[in-house]
Amino acid sequence: MKILVGIKRVVDYNVRIRVRPDGRGVETDGVKMSINPFDEIAIEEALRIRESGKADEVIVVSIGGDECQQQLRTALAMGADRAIQVNSSEALQPLSLARALLKVAQSESADLVILGKQAIDDDNSQTGQMMAALWGRPQATFASRVELDGTTARVTREVDAGLETIEVELPAVITVDLRLNQPRFVKLPDIMKAKRKPLDRTELGDLDIGADAPLSVSDFAPPPARGGGIKVDDAAALVAELKQRGLV
Amino acid sequence: MYGLCLNPVLLMTSSPAEREIMPYDVVVVGAGPSGLACALRLKQLDPERMVAVIEKSAEIGAHILSGAVIEPQPLDELLPGWREQPPPVCVPVEKDQLFFMTRAKRIRVPTPPQQNNHGNFIVSLGAMCQWLADKAEAAGVDIFPGYSASDLAWNADGSVAGVIIGDMGINRDGEPKDSYVQGIEIHAPVTVMAEGCRGHLSKQLIRKFALDADSDPQTYGIGIKELWQLAPGKGQAGLVQHSIGWPLDPDIYGGSFIYHLDKDRVAIGFVLGLDYADPEFSPFEAFQQFKHHPSVRPLLEGGEIISSGARAVVEGGIQSLPRVEMPGAILIGDGAGLLNVPKIKGTHQALRSGMEAAEHLVAKGSAEGFDKRLRDSAVAHELHKVRNIRPGFHKGMWRGLLTAAIETVTAGKLPRTLKNHADHEQMQQATEYDAPDRAWQERDLPPRDRLASVYFAATAHDEDQPVHLQILDPDVCTTRCVAEYNNPCTQFCPASVYEMVEDENGLRLQINAANCVHCKTCDIKDPYQVINWVTPEGGSGPNYQNL
Repeated sequence: MKILVGIKRVVDYNVRIRVRPDGRGVETDGVKMSINPFDEIAIEEALRIRESGKADEVIVVSIGGDECQQQLRTALAMGADRAIQVNSSEALQPLSLARALLKVAQSESADLVILGKQAIDDDNSQTGQMMAALWGRPQATFASRVELDGTTARVTREVDAGLETIEVELPAVITVDLRLNQPRFVKLPDIMKAKRKPLDRTELGDLDIGADAPLSVSDFAPPPARGGGIKVDDAAALVAELKQRGLV
Repeated sequence: MYGLCLNPVLLMTSSPAEREIMPYDVVVVGAGPSGLACALRLKQLDPERMVAVIEKSAEIGAHILSGAVIEPQPLDELLPGWREQPPPVCVPVEKDQLFFMTRAKRIRVPTPPQQNNHGNFIVSLGAMCQWLADKAEAAGVDIFPGYSASDLAWNADGSVAGVIIGDMGINRDGEPKDSYVQGIEIHAPVTVMAEGCRGHLSKQLIRKFALDADSDPQTYGIGIKELWQLAPGKGQAGLVQHSIGWPLDPDIYGGSFIYHLDKDRVAIGFVLGLDYADPEFSPFEAFQQFKHHPSVRPLLEGGEIISSGARAVVEGGIQSLPRVEMPGAILIGDGAGLLNVPKIKGTHQALRSGMEAAEHLVAKGSAEGFDKRLRDSAVAHELHKVRNIRPGFHKGMWRGLLTAAIETVTAGKLPRTLKNHADHEQMQQATEYDAPDRAWQERDLPPRDRLASVYFAATAHDEDQPVHLQILDPDVCTTRCVAEYNNPCTQFCPASVYEMVEDENGLRLQINAANCVHCKTCDIKDPYQVINWVTPEGGSGPNYQNL
């Protein structure tokens, strides 16, 4: 069985995000970039499935410029068997990403696709769902537990009301949530081994997914700055202050 | 609370036999300018040589901080043609200005010749190291960011065998978590220590081999820096400004820098000698006061901070330079102590010492003889010439300026060498020290306090790991230190790591290790020398952007 894992290069979660001075996006100059944390959990899950003997191969794919090879190498160092970079100079929208991932999944005859539930940069949470729909295969989103049994996957989902367990037939798309697992540390010698693992590069244009972009970004703005606080002497002064501002 | 005897990392490394070993021809500790220059030069001279560079920061450049105005000559030698493809932040210096500050005014004074920056460049040292690392990797160097060299590996004959990479996934109590991964050992015939100022392994080596037996104590300063995005139109790319005087007392050595980068960005910072006497003095507060001087404040108003951080710098010069070779290892860069204080520059010295080291290793194949080579090189000659300027300031700013003038005019040829003193011995007891009225004022420019500043350093440590600031004798803090010095660690730490907390069990020192920006000031300035800075889990620490 083959597992395909999609990963995205994003601004590291420790970095304080700033809107670029020209207001056309967020600053990435000199900023630490990492694998989207949810995608890292997806890689870890795929590796654990392979290590349990239920899969033979884990393939990671990322869509972006050559800089995303850095994240693919990290995934290989974690233990993925091989990597595919779909070269694209532009950032794609979820629909295009879903189409491109589907092409890769089909050409690789993947039996299971595992993705992060969302990317921490745009928070869309759309790609996995769209991909399953385009593929005509089941989706199991926000997974906090995954058990494979032959041709089915039993997936526990984190939903508003608690936990929901569903069974899906493979091939399927699973998107993973935070509590599924804790990704491993990369062992230093594995970084060297990762350098020798195959990393193939395909042009996005060759996937023939069309070029429509239904969304357009009109503006980027930082949240309004917080005003300074005041100190009050006692509870009565606090209540008076709140009343005066019409907050209670 | 976490004494040395309880430290699990040290206990675990006592069974090194089980660790996996990766052999290299040379292992370099630290991916700063000296380590990267050494690694790259080694590959240029001998492409077959296997070279590894270990770096504790998650990304190259994320733990390094400097002004930085650099002299480009060593780069011309290391990377001819680099000017056509310069590092991402690289602005030629257009204009030099030096000011003497009073509380209300700043007065332009002549720029001393050492600070003439014609032909130099303003860079972000972090960005430059990333750029250098790319070149080194392209040349075949194996660079491992995110891994800390937490201990030394030894040969049976007592020589250095290499380094031990810190274990990952150990909890606060020293037990392995589910994510535990044992660190490996990297062995090499020569280990190049390029840890920067006050490296924790270099400190052990200097002690073990008594490398400082014939030199003065090392002296240090602390540098605090912020990168600002100014309101549009306020930047003057290429302008380099320095100041002395206010807000420092005349007996504290130090001053400010303001370097105008491109795109309305400025690097603003403060460097001061850690031999100050007042136990309640806060270097962080001095820097923040400087930003509110009437001549500085208008520059920053309407702007925002991009990144901030702090780092200790070496100031001891040639008198304090330890022997830089020992069996199996050498010291280079600020780890050895090569910064040129009057120039306020160390990067060119670091690069040059790295290149000297590489050339020596290719020619001789071992550490032996490197000390003589470095002392005969331009690196040491440069330090010799200015050796008396920094210690001239021990008796205050005015005497120091006089000494500096004499030493500059005579080009260091006077047959005298002033002594250096250990910084931690210069602090006076709180009851004895009478602090002058500094007329410091209320502030409103960000960051509000040290915690807010740590936020701009984007520092991150997994809280569930052993505290990496070891207090060798915790009783000292709550008995002698509180009485004699009023716990100066709570003041000199620029990241609010140290807090004295009173709870039901009485007074105790609380260590907020997750705030640490790895500046090493505590390891240096603590008057009892009971604070031992060790590496936390690899990849922990600040995430500086373009510092």
